[in-house]
Amino acid sequence: MDWSTVLTNAATSLVGLQTIVYALAAVGLNLHFGYTGLLNFGQAAFAAVGAYGLAIVVASAGLPLPVGLAAGLAGSVVLSVLLGLPTLRLRADYLAIATIAAAEILRISARSSTLREFTGGASGINGFTEPFHDLNPLPPGTYGFGPWRYHERDLWVLLVGWTVLAVCCLVVWLLVRSPWGRVLRGIREDEDAARGLGKNVYAYKMQALAIGGVIGTLAGFVYALGQGSVQPDLYGTELTFFAYTVLLLGGVARVLGPVVGAAIFWVVLSLTDTVLRGAVDEGWLTFMSTTQVGQVRFMLVGLALMFLMIFRPQGIFGDPRQIALDAR
Amino acid sequence: MRVCVRWGVCLLLATLGCLGGASGARAAPDAGELIRVRVSTATGDPVPGATVEVERDGTRIGTGTTRPDGSAELDVPSAGAYQVLLDVDTLPPASAGFRPRMNPIRTTVDEGNARTVAFRLEAGGAGPERSADEGGSTVRVAQLTLQGLRFGLLIALAAVGLSLVFGTTGLTNFAHGELVTFGALVAYYLSIPAAVSLLGVVSFTKPGLPLLVAAPVTLLLSCGFGWLNDAVLWSRLRRRGTGLVAMMIVSIGLAIFLRYTFLYFAGGETLSYPDYATQAGIGLGPVMMRPVDLVSMGLAVTVLVGGGLALIRTRLGTATRAVADNPALAAASGIDVDRVIRSVWTGAAGLAALSGILLGMGQGLNFQMGFQILLLVFAAVTLGGLGTAFGALVGSLVVGLFIELSTLVVPTELKNVGALAVLIVILLVRPQGVLGRAGRIG
Repeated sequence: MDWSTVLTNAATSLVGLQTIVYALAAVGLNLHFGYTGLLNFGQAAFAAVGAYGLAIVVASAGLPLPVGLAAGLAGSVVLSVLLGLPTLRLRADYLAIATIAAAEILRISARSSTLREFTGGASGINGFTEPFHDLNPLPPGTYGFGPWRYHERDLWVLLVGWTVLAVCCLVVWLLVRSPWGRVLRGIREDEDAARGLGKNVYAYKMQALAIGGVIGTLAGFVYALGQGSVQPDLYGTELTFFAYTVLLLGGVARVLGPVVGAAIFWVVLSLTDTVLRGAVDEGWLTFMSTTQVGQVRFMLVGLALMFLMIFRPQGIFGDPRQIALDAR
Repeated sequence: MRVCVRWGVCLLLATLGCLGGASGARAAPDAGELIRVRVSTATGDPVPGATVEVERDGTRIGTGTTRPDGSAELDVPSAGAYQVLLDVDTLPPASAGFRPRMNPIRTTVDEGNARTVAFRLEAGGAGPERSADEGGSTVRVAQLTLQGLRFGLLIALAAVGLSLVFGTTGLTNFAHGELVTFGALVAYYLSIPAAVSLLGVVSFTKPGLPLLVAAPVTLLLSCGFGWLNDAVLWSRLRRRGTGLVAMMIVSIGLAIFLRYTFLYFAGGETLSYPDYATQAGIGLGPVMMRPVDLVSMGLAVTVLVGGGLALIRTRLGTATRAVADNPALAAASGIDVDRVIRSVWTGAAGLAALSGILLGMGQGLNFQMGFQILLLVFAAVTLGGLGTAFGALVGSLVVGLFIELSTLVVPTELKNVGALAVLIVILLVRPQGVLGRAGRIG
């Protein structure tokens, strides 16, 4: 087995596109679940709105990139109002079911051939990233050192992605230490008490849902621009659940928890993938084929989610007092 | 207790070991939709070399020629309604004078699934001009109603179990779909011949059981699996006082783990049971249905009625309802709450497995079939009222009928969207469901 490849792959996963996307999605979820106690199982829908909003406006309608970004963000706010208005009064598990159903409605609709002329059906849309790459200030060439070597296009995506992630973390940090953020935590701990203090709990929840959703939409932008395409099946329930795993791994209600969680998540997935694949190729593992290696990784994700929730729900850096786990 | 757990684990390992033997060399997973066509004579002999075509809205999408086993696979671009046509001119000379009873056959393919279509050649069958669904919209409504009832009854089997688990423990079990898949896959494995090797020590070829034998064995294994779920995981979490949201997230982790375990062992393609796959539909007045589907509807009704009576009449049923009503009060009146919940898990897993087998007989089975219907089951349970078994039954029938009848106005591939939208609307206007009691819900 080539150990240098193993390490190189792990090192690229540490800062790669997936890490950024899942970290962003989890930063949004952190605001929902970690700080406000909202169980949003539809984060994939917010990402999909961003990705599809951008792709449809730029590729199909031929409008400039900023219009696409604005459309995605507007769609995200509309979605959170549509979802939030009715469901935020419901108990936590009802909210979870309503949001996951909404996310699946969006995915199935985007996948359908009825809407193919807008969404491209199951194969999705591509060819909308050139306006983004035209903004790239880096001259063509290869940049980086050690295992991190990128062409100017990939590096541009990563730079923008990490900048967006850093800004989001900063915004969340500022928000949660403001009086507004204290009310959110108050709602998480005891909604009735917050209401008793004269806070409009419903409005606060809606604001948290919208802001976290917009961060999820940013994840969709980065994903779409980094991949160069949007495909409906990338925005299935698994995106949401993996983002929850990332969040629980890093630590709930910690500003940098999602970032650390995403880095660990993808590095571990990359390590298990390359090590197992190598072991199969070397003939050390005879009972497994290389296609089955991919499935072992996701079995591990499922187990990790279970065991984290059972034994260490606060994650690696979280505070056990800062997590809302009782349905209210 | 400890001994029981050890036995349970052995059972699980044995089941998984068996599945491991069946995995063999499988193609890479493909989640693509396809139509599998079988052409056979009235006596069941395969007809090779026949050309079949698949059309959508009058445009041809693909063609294929049947292999020596009389089957052909046609890839279709997405879920939706298709028409499969057998080109009678390409039938081999030996079958001259024989015509398929139904040609073309209209079918709908669900997302990520394969659909099997069977042409059976008979003397004096239909030419290419007679279609199955001529006769206008009344017939279509009747046909869709029948299909909707069938689907509703089958998901009711899963929904009742989900609802009982929710009623007695408060857990919204996202891994319930995997209990459905477990049943379907275990029955599939039992019904095909497969090479078994238990850790490389013992190797032999297992004969394929008839489905009528494999299904009851599967139900027993599935009940054991449900028992094991509770014994190993959920009862311990309850004892630790784990919160409901935490348990829900644990169930998601379990669902992901089980789903990929199924994918690991069974591969990603859509499978179908060797028995009844090619059965042709029979006419019931204006509508058509395969006898096997009618039998499965009857079976589902029998099981649901029996389960309902057991819930009302037996001591365990009364205890179950008492626990669902108020666990603390039930415990105070001398009911062993943990034992009741254990029985509910056992029964719920058995019902879910039956649902999986019957669904698999209708439209094939794959590693995520349970997950694909999970949200529809949630819709059914919510519609009927969370935690009420009878509500779940009513909700399932409504969801089944709604899904099928909605294809009169919306494209088939979007039929589940309507059901999910209904789920959200119900949560808004009547979160306690149609039959649920208004209580503190939100």
